[in-house]
Amino acid sequence: MVDLSHSPADEEFRAEARAWLAAHVPRTPFPSLETAEGFAAHRGWEGELAADRWSVVSWPKEYGGRDAGLLRWLVFEEEYWAAGAPGRVGQNGVSLLAPTLFEHGTQEQRARVLPSMATGEVVWAQAWSEPEAGSDLASLTSRAVRTDGGWLISGQKTWSSRAAFADRAFGLFRSAPDTPRPHQGLTYLMFDLRAPGVTVRPIGRLDGRPAFAELFLDDVFVPDEDVIGEPGQGWRIAMSTAGEERGLTLRSPGRFLASAHRLVELWRSRGCPEHARARVADALIGARAYQLFTYAAASRFLEGERLGPESSMNKVFWSELDLALHETALDLLEEDGESADTAWSEGYVFALAGPIYAGANEIQRDIVAERLLGLPKGRR
Amino acid sequence: MRFLPDAEQRAFTASLHAMLSAADTPAVVRDWSRGDHASGRALWSRIAEAGVFGLAVPQEYGGLEPHPVELALAFVELGRHAVPGPLVETVAAAVLLEDPPSAGRFLPGLVAGTDLATVAAPAGPALDGHASALRLALDGDAATLRLAVTADGLYLSTGAAGPVRRCLDPARRLTPLAPQGELLTADPPRERALTWGRLAVAAQALGVGLALLDRTVAYVGQRTQFGVPIGSFQAVKHRLADAMTALEFARPLVLGAATSLRPADVAAAKLKACEAAYGAARAALQLHGAIGYTAEFDLSLWLTRARALRTAWGAPEECRKLVLDDALKGPAGP
Repeated sequence: MVDLSHSPADEEFRAEARAWLAAHVPRTPFPSLETAEGFAAHRGWEGELAADRWSVVSWPKEYGGRDAGLLRWLVFEEEYWAAGAPGRVGQNGVSLLAPTLFEHGTQEQRARVLPSMATGEVVWAQAWSEPEAGSDLASLTSRAVRTDGGWLISGQKTWSSRAAFADRAFGLFRSAPDTPRPHQGLTYLMFDLRAPGVTVRPIGRLDGRPAFAELFLDDVFVPDEDVIGEPGQGWRIAMSTAGEERGLTLRSPGRFLASAHRLVELWRSRGCPEHARARVADALIGARAYQLFTYAAASRFLEGERLGPESSMNKVFWSELDLALHETALDLLEEDGESADTAWSEGYVFALAGPIYAGANEIQRDIVAERLLGLPKGRR
Repeated sequence: MRFLPDAEQRAFTASLHAMLSAADTPAVVRDWSRGDHASGRALWSRIAEAGVFGLAVPQEYGGLEPHPVELALAFVELGRHAVPGPLVETVAAAVLLEDPPSAGRFLPGLVAGTDLATVAAPAGPALDGHASALRLALDGDAATLRLAVTADGLYLSTGAAGPVRRCLDPARRLTPLAPQGELLTADPPRERALTWGRLAVAAQALGVGLALLDRTVAYVGQRTQFGVPIGSFQAVKHRLADAMTALEFARPLVLGAATSLRPADVAAAKLKACEAAYGAARAALQLHGAIGYTAEFDLSLWLTRARALRTAWGAPEECRKLVLDDALKGPAGP
């Protein structure tokens, strides 16, 4: 039987989240997350969420969560974004590093890393890409050299989201040179962005705000306790993270539903102009389709199915939906559409990056074609 | 919350798929297009035997009780196999005829597959009967039960009012109906009939799109140029990846609409399933090249169907209007 209703217990959870958010969501929006002042405000908000166990609802209680299952996480996200709550500064750590630690980390690592991630006390940046390794990530050349009690890492990372203001970072490093395949000999490491030998050079994104940074690493010491999994197994470990990243938990449907409802309100406030009717309707339907697609995927996941490459369809869909939605909003604003201080401008700049990060959409389409449709591999 | 067809529902669609796969539906479609309905009627009986038409009919009239989810799943298969005939119209007719005197008189024949129904409704939204001219009825020549909905009610039409009009999909034989005839009811459930019909079209279109995708994936895997399968080229892959993504995001809209039966949800599903099917048709035609452009090649049966369904039972803008009118009434909740 197909059933779209939530259980009474999940509805109770929804009501509890809704009431908490109504009482706590700041009435005036914070400054941009990509400024020092805004970053600090968002970090403080994570602390407020964490104090009542709302920052990482799906995690086990021992690390600050509520042991909420996937469905409750989806419910929480619907309520969170509908309430107009702030963006999540800890997203990189929570959606990328934490799942890896749950699957491949040690008990000691989880106990040490997760609680401070949950409170926002430590904010994590990702350090995947390099100047010459983007979509072809396995060609990365930053290296990790064995030393007494750990590793010395050197090289250059780039497009490191949040690194301008974050505390620590995680990424892949080449620990064994000259392996037969580039995916071998990589090690997954966590490191301190303020350690000796680290230089962080913030990069202004399209609107000039330092949403990401370059990292220059010069014999930075990483103790053995900050290696995740076996040295040399980093690719396999990271791909399980990338699977999560592209999968269900990177962008929740609640976020796009809230944006779509705001877009309908904007359209109404502008007198429901005919020229935008189709795009507003399509954004709303797209958000609903993404929600239902996610509920279907979650239902399969809860019955023990691995989700795998279908997450590539997911990434293409939400990133294009988000961009189309914001483009429509800016067009509806007419002359104000070019302003940098409307309720839509920063969201638009952020949406522009969606088709690029977390695996460019061209790579995702290759994955859909080869792994879901079974088309032959070929030159890219 | 369990947003997935269960084992029984999957077994039902699998058996329907197996039956239709063995039925050489392309030959049936070609017979139907020539006005030869014998093979189509035989297939129709087997679809009725499988219980498809009973999914919109209460038990007391021989049906299985209304089961919109199962009906939608069945119509995906009917679309996948390009089954011809007034399938959607028969479902809508079953809803229009739900009142006791008509129900007892007509529904058993629809459920059993001995009757095929078609419906002529006025142009304009929601079968509301306020416009004067009647739309053409699908397969008015093959239907044994011809209904006309006007502002005054539901009529049994006296018959065809003109010749069959040639359509871009030759298997869709649109026929003008005479509205004059016996008045069956003054107030038929117009909106519910429209919702059920539109849901059936949405599901059918999804099936059409899935078939177009499957056939094209198979073709680009075996067609070689420059010494390699054309499916190894990125331009080809990306076009098919996009077609698949659109279909797979239309699928939950169809299932969700079948679950809620809200007119706005059904309109959204209809819009997106038809868009995805048409997108798959365009990709299929382009990637097959000239062979796909021929009437002789079976792909054409699905290509022309995808185009026809886009505007049948609610053109895109009509569906969008329903969605936005509903949204402006206030958020429906998450």
